[in-house]
Amino acid sequence: MITKRIIPCLDVRDGRVVKGVNFKDLNDVSSPVELARFYSENGADELVFYDITASAEGRRLFTDILCETAKSVFIPLTVGGGINTTDDFDRVLKCGADKVSVNSGAIRNPNLIYEAAKLYGDQCVVLSADVKRVGGVFRVFAKGGRENTGMEAIEWIKKCVSLGAGEVVVNSIDTDGVKGGFDLEMLDAVCNAVNVPVIASGGAGKSQDFITLFKTLPKVDAGLAASIFHFGEVAISDLKKEMKESRIPTRI
Amino acid sequence: MVAIIDYGVGNLFSLSASFRAIGTEVTVTSDPDVIRSADRIILPGVGAFEDAAKKLRASGLDVVVCEEAKRGKPILGICLGMQLLFEKSFEYGEHEGLGLIPGSVRPIADVIPKELKIPHIGWNALHFKGEKNPIFKYVNEGDCVYFVHSYYAADCEEAVCATAEYGAELTAAVFCGNVYGCQFHPEKSGETGLSILRAFCETEG
Repeated sequence: MITKRIIPCLDVRDGRVVKGVNFKDLNDVSSPVELARFYSENGADELVFYDITASAEGRRLFTDILCETAKSVFIPLTVGGGINTTDDFDRVLKCGADKVSVNSGAIRNPNLIYEAAKLYGDQCVVLSADVKRVGGVFRVFAKGGRENTGMEAIEWIKKCVSLGAGEVVVNSIDTDGVKGGFDLEMLDAVCNAVNVPVIASGGAGKSQDFITLFKTLPKVDAGLAASIFHFGEVAISDLKKEMKESRIPTRI
Repeated sequence: MVAIIDYGVGNLFSLSASFRAIGTEVTVTSDPDVIRSADRIILPGVGAFEDAAKKLRASGLDVVVCEEAKRGKPILGICLGMQLLFEKSFEYGEHEGLGLIPGSVRPIADVIPKELKIPHIGWNALHFKGEKNPIFKYVNEGDCVYFVHSYYAADCEEAVCATAEYGAELTAAVFCGNVYGCQFHPEKSGETGLSILRAFCETEG
């Protein structure tokens, strides 16, 4: 039985993790390498590194960090942020990334998904979609959720999957940061529309939110979160024990 | 020394890093002499069977791998590298493999219920078949490893030493004498994966 994945997401700027983290056991809480190792040893099933750097120098630091991490962390690594061309795919895959997530880059040029899937396989291409309700309709937002593209989200996601996206991260802007649980309605709509793994993002505030997610929507494959893991509000090892007790297939 | 065969398929960064992490000397190479002098051989692979088989033959390294296998050198095929060890694959047509393990590679879609997603991607539990294989000496029944694949090894009951349940019993690992294969990625399977590589490095040559 395939297990439900728990995925911490690390935002990296100029080679450091931002959104300050807070772990007693870590000496350098903003070192992506140390944090990645910590999560890996404590039960994370996969890691997402999100590059929020704007400069070329920051980008170079990011790939250095990625290489350094891939030398000591042996779980799947997904990289996102600033992926606009297949050269960007190449740059991070060479450093040990296993999957690459595209968001604004695919909105500007949907063919990027097709090109990358042809070169590296569907399993390597992850669509990340920032989605928000506008007048009762799910819309895709670009530029970190600041700009309404006007595109209907479910159609957009279906289109990207048909172009070759092998997984979809659905980030609900409506529930993001609220900590009141995942956006079950939005995720259900996506799960019914596509037959590739769906990763839920946005809204987790406590362990029970993950259990509700997987119990209510068995088609969801993974739950992604950032700050609740970084701030120690939810320890992944405890979360996974609770998932197992709730009879959710879990890797311990 | 472990030789990871470089025939232009996929990224070998994590694989070589994982051997370094367990303290094993490793080299990524396409040099037949280096492969012949290695203690053990890793045959990696991602992507499509036909393309990989063509590249392996074009490099001439298919012959070297088969010769070394017959000399008794331990060989481990990983993911598509495992599939290449079989006689043939039915991925987009019919293609010949190395034939080091009897059996064929077939679409998962043929054997699993329609509602399950393809590829089989994620962490799944290992179930041992028969006597516990030496490569699993540090692994417990039910430990999880990381899979990404749309085809599986079939018609190879005698060679199967572990399976994973995904709407059907899918071949997870095989062996035939000194030739081993993992459908999953040990280099992406955390401590469990590293312990499988360690055990492979300890198998008798």
